[in-house]
Amino acid sequence: MSGTAQNDAAIIFDRLGKSFSKKGGPRVMALDDISLVVPRGSITGIIGRSGAGKSTLLRMVNGLEQPTEGRVEVSGHDVGSARGGALRAIRREVGMIFQHFNLLASRTVWGNVALPLEIAGTPAAQIRTRVDQLIDQVGLGALRDRYPAELSGGQKQRVGIARALATSPKVLLSDEATSALDPETTQTVLELLGRINRDLGLTILLITHEMAVLRDIASHMAVIEGGRIVEAGPTYDVFARPTNPTTRSFLSGVTGATLPAFVASRLHPEPPGDQVIRVTFAGSHATDPMLSLLATDLGITANILGGAIEEVGPHPFGNLLISVDAARADQARAYLERHGLSTEVLGHVR
Amino acid sequence: MSANLIPLLWDATLQTLYMVAISALLGTLGGLPLGVFLATSQRGELLSAPWVNKVLGLVVNATRSVPFIILVVAIIPFTRALVGTSIGTNAAIVPLTLAAIPFIARLVENAIREVEGGLIEAARAMGATPLQIIRKVLIPEAMPAIALGLTLAVVSLIGYSAMVGAVGGQGLGDLGIRYGYQRFMPEVMAAVVVILIVLVQLVQSLGEWIAARLDRRAPRNRGH
Repeated sequence: MSGTAQNDAAIIFDRLGKSFSKKGGPRVMALDDISLVVPRGSITGIIGRSGAGKSTLLRMVNGLEQPTEGRVEVSGHDVGSARGGALRAIRREVGMIFQHFNLLASRTVWGNVALPLEIAGTPAAQIRTRVDQLIDQVGLGALRDRYPAELSGGQKQRVGIARALATSPKVLLSDEATSALDPETTQTVLELLGRINRDLGLTILLITHEMAVLRDIASHMAVIEGGRIVEAGPTYDVFARPTNPTTRSFLSGVTGATLPAFVASRLHPEPPGDQVIRVTFAGSHATDPMLSLLATDLGITANILGGAIEEVGPHPFGNLLISVDAARADQARAYLERHGLSTEVLGHVR
Repeated sequence: MSANLIPLLWDATLQTLYMVAISALLGTLGGLPLGVFLATSQRGELLSAPWVNKVLGLVVNATRSVPFIILVVAIIPFTRALVGTSIGTNAAIVPLTLAAIPFIARLVENAIREVEGGLIEAARAMGATPLQIIRKVLIPEAMPAIALGLTLAVVSLIGYSAMVGAVGGQGLGDLGIRYGYQRFMPEVMAAVVVILIVLVQLVQSLGEWIAARLDRRAPRNRGH
Protein backbone atom coordinates (compact mmCIF):
# COMPACT_ATOMS: atom_id res chain seq x y z
CA MET A 1 0.00 0.00 0.00
CA SER A 2 2.89 2.36 0.62
CA GLY A 3 4.16 4.26 -2.38
CA THR A 4 1.55 5.28 -4.93
CA ALA A 5 -2.01 6.02 -3.91
CA GLN A 6 -4.71 3.63 -4.90
CA ASN A 7 -6.84 5.13 -7.64
CA ASP A 8 -10.10 4.74 -5.80
CA ALA A 9 -8.77 6.01 -2.48
CA ALA A 10 -9.17 9.63 -1.38
CA ILE A 11 -7.28 9.18 1.88
CA ILE A 12 -4.94 6.39 2.94
CA PHE A 13 -3.77 5.89 6.50
CA ASP A 14 -0.84 3.48 6.43
CA ARG A 15 0.36 2.04 9.74
CA LEU A 16 -0.08 5.47 11.24
CA GLY A 17 1.00 6.11 14.80
CA LYS A 18 1.18 9.08 17.12
CA SER A 19 2.85 9.05 20.50
CA PHE A 20 3.48 11.76 23.05
CA SER A 21 5.97 11.73 25.83
CA LYS A 22 5.20 13.87 28.80
CA LYS A 23 8.15 15.18 30.78
CA GLY A 24 9.56 12.32 32.84
CA GLY A 25 6.59 10.11 32.02
CA PRO A 26 6.28 7.09 29.74
CA ARG A 27 5.40 7.45 26.05
CA VAL A 28 1.68 7.48 25.48
CA MET A 29 0.37 6.01 22.23
CA ALA A 30 -2.48 8.27 21.12
CA LEU A 31 -2.83 6.37 17.84
CA ASP A 32 -1.41 2.95 17.18
CA ASP A 33 -0.96 1.15 13.86
CA ILE A 34 -3.88 2.78 12.04
CA SER A 35 -4.41 1.46 8.52
CA LEU A 36 -7.55 2.61 6.76
CA VAL A 37 -8.57 3.49 3.24
CA VAL A 38 -11.20 6.17 2.71
CA PRO A 39 -12.80 5.43 -0.68
CA ARG A 40 -13.08 8.32 -3.13
CA GLY A 41 -16.58 9.78 -3.14
CA SER A 42 -17.56 8.05 0.09
CA ILE A 43 -18.86 9.48 3.32
CA THR A 44 -16.69 7.69 5.83
CA GLY A 45 -17.37 8.03 9.51
CA ILE A 46 -15.05 7.31 12.39
CA ILE A 47 -16.77 6.74 15.69
CA GLY A 48 -15.17 6.62 19.10
CA ARG A 49 -15.57 7.85 22.62
CA SER A 50 -13.86 11.06 23.68
CA GLY A 51 -10.15 10.44 24.09
CA ALA A 52 -10.17 7.49 21.68
CA GLY A 53 -7.94 9.41 19.27
CA LYS A 54 -10.42 10.19 16.51
CA SER A 55 -9.79 13.91 16.62
CA THR A 56 -6.02 13.44 16.35
CA LEU A 57 -6.55 11.08 13.44
CA LEU A 58 -8.72 13.59 11.58
CA ARG A 59 -6.19 16.39 12.13
CA MET A 60 -3.46 14.36 10.50
CA VAL A 61 -5.30 14.47 7.19
CA ASN A 62 -4.62 18.20 6.80
CA GLY A 63 -1.39 18.25 8.77
CA LEU A 64 -2.72 20.03 11.86
CA GLU A 65 -1.07 17.13 13.68
CA GLN A 66 2.00 15.24 12.54
CA PRO A 67 2.25 11.44 12.77
CA THR A 68 5.21 9.94 14.62
CA GLU A 69 4.98 6.71 12.63
CA GLY A 70 3.57 5.62 9.28
CA ARG A 71 2.05 7.89 6.69
CA VAL A 72 -1.15 9.54 5.58
CA GLU A 73 -1.86 10.28 1.93
CA VAL A 74 -4.49 12.65 0.58
CA SER A 75 -5.14 12.49 -3.17
CA GLY A 76 -1.68 11.03 -3.59
CA HIS A 77 0.14 13.64 -1.47
CA ASP A 78 2.11 12.47 1.55
CA VAL A 79 0.81 14.91 4.18
CA GLY A 80 3.15 13.89 6.99
CA SER A 81 6.29 14.92 5.14
CA ALA A 82 4.88 18.13 3.59
CA ARG A 83 6.00 21.45 5.08
CA GLY A 84 5.50 25.15 4.44
CA GLY A 85 4.03 26.03 1.05
CA ALA A 86 3.53 22.41 0.01
CA LEU A 87 1.50 21.70 3.16
CA ARG A 88 -0.56 24.87 2.67
CA ALA A 89 -1.30 23.80 -0.92
CA ILE A 90 -2.59 20.43 0.34
CA ARG A 91 -4.71 22.19 2.98
CA ARG A 92 -6.45 24.21 0.27
CA GLU A 93 -7.60 20.92 -1.24
CA VAL A 94 -9.03 19.76 2.08
CA GLY A 95 -11.96 21.62 3.61
CA MET A 96 -12.78 21.36 7.29
CA ILE A 97 -15.82 22.04 9.46
CA PHE A 98 -15.88 22.16 13.24
CA GLN A 99 -18.10 21.37 16.21
CA HIS A 100 -18.04 24.99 17.38
CA PHE A 101 -18.09 26.37 13.82
CA ASN A 102 -15.00 28.59 14.34
CA LEU A 103 -16.45 31.53 12.42
CA LEU A 104 -14.89 34.98 12.68
CA ALA A 105 -17.17 37.16 14.82
CA SER A 106 -15.80 40.26 13.09
CA ARG A 107 -16.90 39.16 9.60
CA THR A 108 -20.34 38.78 8.06
CA VAL A 109 -21.55 35.52 6.57
CA TRP A 110 -20.23 36.76 3.24
CA GLY A 111 -16.87 37.77 4.70
CA ASN A 112 -16.43 34.43 6.44
CA VAL A 113 -17.04 32.48 3.25
CA ALA A 114 -14.64 34.78 1.39
CA LEU A 115 -11.78 34.23 3.86
CA PRO A 116 -10.27 31.04 2.40
CA LEU A 117 -10.36 32.62 -1.07
CA GLU A 118 -8.58 35.75 0.19
CA ILE A 119 -5.99 33.49 1.80
CA ALA A 120 -5.54 31.60 -1.47
CA GLY A 121 -4.96 34.92 -3.27
CA THR A 122 -8.03 34.63 -5.51
CA PRO A 123 -8.75 37.84 -7.50
CA ALA A 124 -11.50 39.99 -5.95
CA ALA A 125 -13.91 39.68 -8.90
CA GLN A 126 -13.70 35.89 -8.76
CA ILE A 127 -14.20 35.92 -4.99
CA ARG A 128 -17.43 37.89 -5.43
CA THR A 129 -19.06 35.46 -7.84
CA ARG A 130 -17.81 32.37 -6.01
CA VAL A 131 -18.98 33.51 -2.56
CA ASP A 132 -22.44 34.47 -3.86
CA GLN A 133 -22.73 31.06 -5.45
CA LEU A 134 -21.60 29.22 -2.28
CA ILE A 135 -24.01 31.15 -0.04
CA ASP A 136 -26.89 30.25 -2.33
CA GLN A 137 -25.73 26.64 -2.42
CA VAL A 138 -26.14 26.29 1.36
CA GLY A 139 -29.38 28.28 1.38
CA LEU A 140 -28.19 31.38 3.22
CA GLY A 141 -28.77 33.99 0.50
CA ALA A 142 -30.97 36.14 2.76
CA LEU A 143 -28.41 36.22 5.57
CA ARG A 144 -25.28 37.22 3.67
CA ASP A 145 -24.76 40.48 5.58
CA ARG A 146 -25.48 39.07 9.04
CA TYR A 147 -22.79 38.46 11.63
CA PRO A 148 -22.34 34.99 13.20
CA ALA A 149 -23.73 36.20 16.54
CA GLU A 150 -27.04 36.81 14.76
CA LEU A 151 -27.33 33.24 13.42
CA SER A 152 -28.65 29.97 14.84
CA GLY A 153 -26.34 26.98 15.28
CA GLY A 154 -27.58 25.31 12.11
CA GLN A 155 -27.09 28.50 10.11
CA LYS A 156 -23.57 28.90 11.51
CA GLN A 157 -22.69 25.37 10.43
CA ARG A 158 -24.03 26.13 6.94
CA VAL A 159 -21.66 29.08 6.82
CA GLY A 160 -18.90 26.73 7.98
CA ILE A 161 -19.77 24.31 5.17
CA ALA A 162 -19.87 27.06 2.53
CA ARG A 163 -16.51 28.32 3.79
CA ALA A 164 -15.02 24.81 3.68
CA LEU A 165 -16.18 24.39 0.08
CA ALA A 166 -14.86 27.78 -1.08
CA THR A 167 -11.60 26.55 -2.53
CA SER A 168 -13.33 23.57 -4.23
CA PRO A 169 -11.61 20.93 -2.10
CA LYS A 170 -11.61 17.23 -2.99
CA VAL A 171 -12.01 16.15 0.61
CA LEU A 172 -14.11 17.55 3.46
CA LEU A 173 -13.19 16.83 7.07
CA SER A 174 -15.94 17.08 9.65
CA ASP A 175 -14.95 17.35 13.29
CA GLU A 176 -18.11 16.51 15.26
CA ALA A 177 -19.92 19.02 13.06
CA THR A 178 -23.38 18.21 14.42
CA SER A 179 -22.50 17.56 18.06
CA ALA A 180 -23.44 21.07 19.18
CA LEU A 181 -26.76 21.03 17.31
CA ASP A 182 -30.23 19.88 18.32
CA PRO A 183 -31.55 16.67 16.66
CA GLU A 184 -33.72 18.47 14.11
CA THR A 185 -30.94 20.82 13.00
CA THR A 186 -28.55 17.86 12.93
CA GLN A 187 -30.81 16.22 10.35
CA THR A 188 -30.83 19.25 8.06
CA VAL A 189 -27.04 19.64 8.28
CA LEU A 190 -26.55 15.92 7.57
CA GLU A 191 -28.88 16.20 4.60
CA LEU A 192 -26.83 19.11 3.29
CA LEU A 193 -23.61 17.09 3.68
CA GLY A 194 -25.22 14.15 1.87
CA ARG A 195 -26.32 16.44 -0.98
CA ILE A 196 -22.85 17.93 -1.31
CA ASN A 197 -21.36 14.45 -1.36
CA ARG A 198 -23.68 13.40 -4.20
CA ASP A 199 -23.66 16.63 -6.23
CA LEU A 200 -19.94 17.40 -6.02
CA GLY A 201 -18.57 13.88 -5.64
CA LEU A 202 -16.78 15.21 -2.59
CA THR A 203 -15.24 12.68 -0.21
CA ILE A 204 -16.30 13.36 3.38
CA LEU A 205 -14.41 12.02 6.39
CA LEU A 206 -16.23 12.70 9.61
CA ILE A 207 -15.69 11.90 13.23
CA THR A 208 -18.52 11.56 15.70
CA HIS A 209 -19.56 9.86 18.90
CA GLU A 210 -23.11 9.36 17.66
CA MET A 211 -23.92 6.15 15.82
CA ALA A 212 -27.07 7.81 14.45
CA VAL A 213 -24.90 10.13 12.34
CA LEU A 214 -23.19 7.15 10.70
CA ARG A 215 -26.50 5.35 10.22
CA ASP A 216 -27.95 8.37 8.45
CA ILE A 217 -25.18 9.35 6.05
CA ALA A 218 -22.02 7.25 6.22
CA SER A 219 -21.38 4.69 3.49
CA HIS A 220 -18.29 3.44 5.29
CA MET A 221 -17.29 3.48 8.92
CA ALA A 222 -14.57 2.62 11.38
CA VAL A 223 -14.68 2.23 15.13
CA ILE A 224 -11.73 3.55 17.09
CA GLU A 225 -10.98 2.56 20.66
CA GLY A 226 -7.85 3.30 22.68
CA GLY A 227 -6.02 4.65 19.63
CA ARG A 228 -6.68 1.57 17.48
CA ILE A 229 -9.23 0.77 14.83
CA VAL A 230 -11.20 -2.18 16.17
CA GLU A 231 -13.70 -2.53 13.35
CA ALA A 232 -14.08 -1.06 9.86
CA GLY A 233 -16.08 -1.62 6.70
CA PRO A 234 -19.19 -0.56 4.81
CA THR A 235 -21.61 0.86 7.38
CA TYR A 236 -24.31 -1.62 6.55
CA ASP A 237 -22.02 -4.59 7.09
CA VAL A 238 -20.80 -3.27 10.42
CA PHE A 239 -24.38 -2.64 11.54
CA ALA A 240 -25.44 -6.09 10.43
CA ARG A 241 -22.50 -8.05 11.76
CA PRO A 242 -20.66 -6.16 14.49
CA THR A 243 -17.79 -8.23 15.87
CA ASN A 244 -16.36 -5.91 18.49
CA PRO A 245 -17.90 -5.20 21.91
CA THR A 246 -17.29 -1.45 21.50
CA THR A 247 -19.14 -1.47 18.20
CA ARG A 248 -21.99 -3.37 19.80
CA SER A 249 -22.28 -0.92 22.64
CA PHE A 250 -22.39 2.02 20.19
CA LEU A 251 -24.98 0.14 18.14
CA SER A 252 -27.25 -0.69 21.06
CA GLY A 253 -28.05 2.99 21.34
CA VAL A 254 -29.38 3.42 17.82
CA THR A 255 -30.76 0.17 16.54
CA GLY A 256 -33.83 0.53 18.67
CA ALA A 257 -33.49 -2.80 20.40
CA THR A 258 -32.70 -2.09 23.98
CA LEU A 259 -34.00 -4.65 26.45
CA PRO A 260 -37.07 -3.62 28.41
CA ALA A 261 -36.09 -2.77 31.97
CA PHE A 262 -38.03 -5.67 33.53
CA VAL A 263 -36.02 -8.12 31.38
CA ALA A 264 -32.67 -6.38 31.75
CA SER A 265 -32.94 -6.41 35.54
CA ARG A 266 -33.52 -10.19 35.59
CA LEU A 267 -30.89 -11.05 32.99
CA HIS A 268 -28.07 -13.34 34.10
CA PRO A 269 -25.24 -14.79 32.00
CA GLU A 270 -25.74 -18.54 32.64
CA PRO A 271 -28.75 -20.91 32.53
CA PRO A 272 -31.23 -21.82 33.94
CA GLY A 273 -34.03 -20.02 32.15
CA ASP A 274 -34.89 -19.00 28.62
CA GLN A 275 -32.04 -17.76 26.45
CA VAL A 276 -32.29 -14.11 25.36
CA ILE A 277 -31.04 -13.59 21.82
CA ARG A 278 -30.55 -10.50 19.73
CA VAL A 279 -31.38 -11.29 16.10
CA THR A 280 -30.16 -8.88 13.46
CA PHE A 281 -32.00 -8.86 10.15
CA ALA A 282 -30.01 -7.47 7.29
CA GLY A 283 -30.60 -6.87 3.59
CA SER A 284 -33.22 -8.96 1.82
CA HIS A 285 -33.95 -10.96 5.00
CA ALA A 286 -35.00 -7.92 6.91
CA THR A 287 -38.59 -8.37 5.84
CA ASP A 288 -38.81 -12.19 5.92
CA PRO A 289 -41.19 -13.73 8.49
CA MET A 290 -38.33 -15.65 10.13
CA LEU A 291 -40.01 -16.21 13.48
CA SER A 292 -43.07 -17.85 12.00
CA LEU A 293 -40.78 -20.01 9.85
CA LEU A 294 -38.94 -20.97 13.03
CA ALA A 295 -42.22 -22.11 14.54
CA THR A 296 -43.45 -24.03 11.52
CA ASP A 297 -40.11 -25.64 10.54
CA LEU A 298 -38.78 -26.50 14.01
CA GLY A 299 -41.74 -26.05 16.29
CA ILE A 300 -39.81 -23.55 18.40
CA THR A 301 -41.76 -20.62 19.71
CA ALA A 302 -40.01 -17.39 20.49
CA ASN A 303 -41.15 -14.62 22.82
CA ILE A 304 -40.58 -11.16 21.42
CA LEU A 305 -39.04 -8.83 24.02
CA GLY A 306 -38.30 -5.83 21.83
CA GLY A 307 -37.28 -4.80 18.37
CA ALA A 308 -37.22 -2.26 15.59
CA ILE A 309 -36.76 -2.00 11.87
CA GLU A 310 -35.07 1.08 10.49
CA GLU A 311 -32.93 2.17 7.60
CA VAL A 312 -29.17 2.25 7.43
CA GLY A 313 -28.42 4.27 4.36
CA PRO A 314 -30.89 2.96 1.75
CA HIS A 315 -31.27 -0.53 3.28
CA PRO A 316 -33.80 -1.85 5.78
CA PHE A 317 -32.24 -3.12 8.95
CA GLY A 318 -34.05 -5.03 11.66
CA ASN A 319 -33.15 -5.83 15.17
CA LEU A 320 -35.20 -8.15 17.36
CA LEU A 321 -34.84 -9.35 20.91
CA ILE A 322 -36.35 -12.74 21.57
CA SER A 323 -36.25 -15.39 24.26
CA VAL A 324 -36.46 -19.14 23.53
CA ASP A 325 -36.36 -22.30 25.58
CA ALA A 326 -32.70 -22.75 26.57
CA ALA A 327 -32.73 -26.44 25.61
CA ARG A 328 -33.51 -25.62 22.00
CA ALA A 329 -31.70 -22.29 21.77
CA ASP A 330 -28.64 -23.62 19.94
CA GLN A 331 -30.88 -25.22 17.35
CA ALA A 332 -32.88 -22.03 16.88
CA ARG A 333 -29.75 -19.90 16.48
CA ALA A 334 -28.24 -22.29 13.96
CA TYR A 335 -31.46 -22.16 11.95
CA LEU A 336 -31.52 -18.36 11.95
CA GLU A 337 -27.83 -18.10 11.06
CA ARG A 338 -28.37 -20.53 8.19
CA HIS A 339 -30.96 -18.10 6.83
CA GLY A 340 -28.50 -15.22 6.83
CA LEU A 341 -29.40 -13.56 10.11
CA SER A 342 -26.88 -12.87 12.81
CA THR A 343 -27.53 -13.68 16.42
CA GLU A 344 -26.01 -12.70 19.69
CA VAL A 345 -26.68 -14.32 23.06
CA LEU A 346 -27.38 -11.65 25.66
CA GLY A 347 -28.05 -13.96 28.64
CA HIS A 348 -30.84 -15.86 30.30
CA VAL A 349 -34.02 -15.03 32.12
CA ARG A 350 -36.01 -17.29 34.35
CA MET B 1 -10.33 84.14 36.41
CA SER B 2 -8.77 86.98 34.44
CA ALA B 3 -9.24 87.00 30.68
CA ASN B 4 -5.52 86.71 29.90
CA LEU B 5 -5.44 83.24 31.49
CA ILE B 6 -7.80 81.82 28.87
CA PRO B 7 -5.21 81.80 26.02
CA LEU B 8 -2.73 80.31 28.49
CA LEU B 9 -5.07 77.42 29.29
CA TRP B 10 -5.93 77.03 25.62
CA ASP B 11 -2.26 76.79 24.62
CA ALA B 12 -1.51 74.31 27.41
CA THR B 13 -4.48 72.15 26.38
CA LEU B 14 -3.26 72.09 22.79
CA GLN B 15 0.26 71.20 23.97
CA THR B 16 -1.11 68.31 26.03
CA LEU B 17 -3.24 67.07 23.15
CA TYR B 18 -0.25 67.31 20.82
CA MET B 19 2.06 65.36 23.15
CA VAL B 20 -0.56 62.69 23.88
CA ALA B 21 -1.64 62.31 20.26
CA ILE B 22 1.87 61.95 18.85
CA SER B 23 3.12 59.64 21.60
CA ALA B 24 -0.05 57.51 21.37
CA LEU B 25 0.41 57.25 17.62
CA LEU B 26 4.11 56.37 17.84
CA GLY B 27 3.44 54.10 20.82
CA THR B 28 0.83 52.21 18.79
CA LEU B 29 3.14 51.93 15.81
CA GLY B 30 5.72 50.31 18.10
CA GLY B 31 3.45 48.57 20.60
CA LEU B 32 1.04 46.90 18.18
CA PRO B 33 3.60 44.78 16.31
CA LEU B 34 5.50 44.12 19.54
CA GLY B 35 2.30 42.98 21.28
CA VAL B 36 1.33 40.75 18.36
CA PHE B 37 4.79 39.22 18.38
CA LEU B 38 4.72 38.62 22.15
CA ALA B 39 1.32 36.92 21.79
CA THR B 40 2.37 34.61 18.97
CA SER B 41 6.02 33.72 19.58
CA GLN B 42 6.00 31.34 22.53
CA ARG B 43 7.07 27.77 21.89
CA GLY B 44 4.73 26.00 19.48
CA GLU B 45 2.84 29.15 18.52
CA LEU B 46 2.49 30.74 15.08
CA LEU B 47 5.83 32.56 15.03
CA SER B 48 7.48 30.22 17.53
CA ALA B 49 10.66 32.00 18.74
CA PRO B 50 10.77 31.22 22.46
CA TRP B 51 14.12 32.87 23.17
CA VAL B 52 13.35 36.13 21.40
CA ASN B 53 10.00 36.10 23.16
CA LYS B 54 11.67 35.74 26.57
CA VAL B 55 14.21 38.51 25.94
CA LEU B 56 11.57 40.93 24.63
CA GLY B 57 9.33 40.06 27.55
CA LEU B 58 12.12 40.95 29.97
CA VAL B 59 12.80 44.26 28.19
CA VAL B 60 9.10 45.13 28.28
CA ASN B 61 8.87 44.30 31.99
CA ALA B 62 12.02 46.28 32.76
CA THR B 63 10.72 49.36 30.95
CA ARG B 64 7.38 49.12 32.69
CA SER B 65 9.07 48.76 36.11
CA VAL B 66 10.80 52.15 35.89
CA PRO B 67 8.67 54.94 37.41
CA PHE B 68 7.77 57.36 34.65
CA ILE B 69 9.36 60.43 36.24
CA ILE B 70 12.66 58.52 36.57
CA LEU B 71 12.42 57.33 32.96
CA VAL B 72 12.04 60.95 31.84
CA VAL B 73 15.20 62.02 33.63
CA ALA B 74 17.20 58.87 32.89
CA ILE B 75 16.85 59.16 29.13
CA ILE B 76 17.61 62.88 28.86
CA PRO B 77 20.84 62.21 26.90
CA PHE B 78 18.92 60.00 24.51
CA THR B 79 16.17 62.58 24.15
CA ARG B 80 18.71 65.32 23.45
CA ALA B 81 20.43 63.18 20.82
CA LEU B 82 17.10 62.47 19.16
CA VAL B 83 15.35 65.86 19.09
CA GLY B 84 18.25 68.22 19.90
CA THR B 85 16.80 69.43 23.19
CA SER B 86 15.58 68.00 26.47
CA ILE B 87 12.86 70.58 27.13
CA GLY B 88 9.60 71.38 25.40
CA THR B 89 6.76 69.33 24.01
CA ASN B 90 8.82 67.59 21.33
CA ALA B 91 11.33 66.43 23.93
CA ALA B 92 8.50 65.22 26.16
CA ILE B 93 7.18 63.02 23.37
CA VAL B 94 10.30 60.82 23.57
CA PRO B 95 9.79 59.44 27.12
CA LEU B 96 6.02 59.38 26.64
CA THR B 97 6.44 57.18 23.54
CA LEU B 98 9.02 55.02 25.27
CA ALA B 99 6.61 54.40 28.13
CA ALA B 100 3.66 53.86 25.79
CA ILE B 101 5.27 51.16 23.62
CA PRO B 102 5.63 48.39 26.27
CA PHE B 103 2.33 49.36 27.89
CA ILE B 104 0.44 49.12 24.59
CA ALA B 105 2.37 45.96 23.69
CA ARG B 106 1.10 44.18 26.81
CA LEU B 107 -2.47 45.38 26.21
CA VAL B 108 -2.34 44.17 22.60
CA GLU B 109 -0.77 40.88 23.69
CA ASN B 110 -3.64 40.23 26.10
CA ALA B 111 -6.21 41.18 23.46
CA ILE B 112 -4.67 38.78 20.91
CA ARG B 113 -4.48 35.95 23.43
CA GLU B 114 -8.21 36.26 24.03
CA VAL B 115 -8.91 35.22 20.42
CA GLU B 116 -10.25 31.67 20.39
CA GLY B 117 -7.75 28.99 19.42
CA GLY B 118 -10.35 27.37 17.17
CA LEU B 119 -10.16 30.36 14.81
CA ILE B 120 -6.41 29.93 14.41
CA GLU B 121 -6.94 26.24 13.74
CA ALA B 122 -9.62 27.00 11.14
CA ALA B 123 -7.31 29.47 9.39
CA ARG B 124 -4.43 26.98 9.44
CA ALA B 125 -6.74 24.38 7.94
CA MET B 126 -7.46 26.85 5.12
CA GLY B 127 -3.78 26.98 4.30
CA ALA B 128 -3.11 30.43 5.76
CA THR B 129 0.45 31.59 6.44
CA PRO B 130 1.25 32.83 9.96
CA LEU B 131 1.22 36.44 8.69
CA GLN B 132 -2.17 35.92 7.02
CA ILE B 133 -3.52 34.52 10.28
CA ILE B 134 -2.28 37.59 12.14
CA ARG B 135 -3.59 40.06 9.57
CA LYS B 136 -6.90 38.45 8.70
CA VAL B 137 -7.87 36.65 11.88
CA LEU B 138 -6.06 37.69 15.05
CA ILE B 139 -5.99 41.48 14.68
CA PRO B 140 -9.57 41.88 13.32
CA GLU B 141 -10.96 39.55 15.98
CA ALA B 142 -9.01 41.29 18.76
CA MET B 143 -9.93 44.79 17.51
CA PRO B 144 -12.65 45.58 20.10
CA ALA B 145 -10.26 44.63 22.93
CA ILE B 146 -7.37 46.50 21.28
CA ALA B 147 -9.56 49.63 21.02
CA LEU B 148 -10.34 49.45 24.73
CA GLY B 149 -6.65 48.88 25.49
CA LEU B 150 -5.64 51.92 23.44
CA THR B 151 -8.25 53.98 25.28
CA LEU B 152 -6.65 52.98 28.56
CA ALA B 153 -3.22 53.82 27.15
CA VAL B 154 -4.32 57.31 26.02
CA VAL B 155 -5.87 58.03 29.43
CA SER B 156 -2.58 56.98 31.06
CA LEU B 157 -0.63 59.16 28.64
CA ILE B 158 -2.74 62.18 29.61
CA GLY B 159 -1.66 61.54 33.20
CA TYR B 160 1.98 61.01 32.24
CA SER B 161 1.96 64.17 30.12
CA ALA B 162 1.23 66.17 33.27
CA MET B 163 4.43 64.81 34.80
CA VAL B 164 6.71 65.84 31.97
CA GLY B 165 5.83 69.40 32.97
CA ALA B 166 8.34 68.85 35.78
CA VAL B 167 11.18 68.77 33.28
CA GLY B 168 10.02 71.61 31.08
CA GLY B 169 7.60 69.61 29.00
CA GLN B 170 4.85 72.25 28.98
CA GLY B 171 1.19 71.35 28.72
CA LEU B 172 -1.60 71.37 31.33
CA GLY B 173 0.36 69.72 34.11
CA ASP B 174 3.17 72.22 33.74
CA LEU B 175 0.69 75.12 33.79
CA GLY B 176 -0.99 73.76 36.91
CA ILE B 177 2.33 73.47 38.78
CA ARG B 178 3.81 76.83 37.70
CA TYR B 179 0.69 79.02 38.03
CA GLY B 180 -1.58 77.10 40.31
CA TYR B 181 1.03 75.90 42.79
CA GLN B 182 4.10 78.10 42.60
CA ARG B 183 2.21 81.38 41.98
CA PHE B 184 -0.64 80.57 44.33
CA MET B 185 -3.39 80.79 41.70
CA PRO B 186 -5.85 78.12 42.82
CA GLU B 187 -8.29 79.09 40.05
CA VAL B 188 -5.69 78.02 37.46
CA MET B 189 -5.14 74.75 39.28
CA ALA B 190 -8.90 74.15 39.36
CA ALA B 191 -9.24 74.98 35.66
CA VAL B 192 -6.43 72.59 34.79
CA VAL B 193 -8.01 69.78 36.80
CA VAL B 194 -11.42 70.37 35.20
CA ILE B 195 -9.92 70.35 31.70
CA LEU B 196 -8.04 67.11 32.47
CA ILE B 197 -11.22 65.46 33.80
CA VAL B 198 -13.14 66.51 30.69
CA LEU B 199 -10.35 65.25 28.40
CA VAL B 200 -10.21 61.86 30.11
CA GLN B 201 -14.00 61.55 30.00
CA LEU B 202 -14.06 62.39 26.30
CA VAL B 203 -11.29 59.91 25.48
CA GLN B 204 -12.92 57.15 27.55
CA SER B 205 -16.35 57.65 25.99
CA LEU B 206 -14.94 57.84 22.48
CA GLY B 207 -12.87 54.68 23.02
CA GLU B 208 -15.82 52.74 24.39
CA TRP B 209 -18.01 53.90 21.53
CA ILE B 210 -15.44 52.78 18.96
CA ALA B 211 -14.96 49.42 20.71
CA ALA B 212 -18.71 48.82 20.77
CA ARG B 213 -18.95 49.69 17.07
CA LEU B 214 -16.23 47.14 16.33
CA ASP B 215 -17.63 44.40 18.56
CA ARG B 216 -19.82 41.97 16.65
CA ARG B 217 -19.73 39.19 19.22
CA ALA B 218 -23.25 39.93 20.47
CA PRO B 219 -26.32 40.28 18.25
CA ARG B 220 -27.34 43.85 17.54
CA ASN B 221 -30.84 45.22 17.41
CA ARG B 222 -31.88 45.44 13.76
CA GLY B 223 -35.18 47.15 14.44
CA HIS B 224 -34.84 49.94 11.87
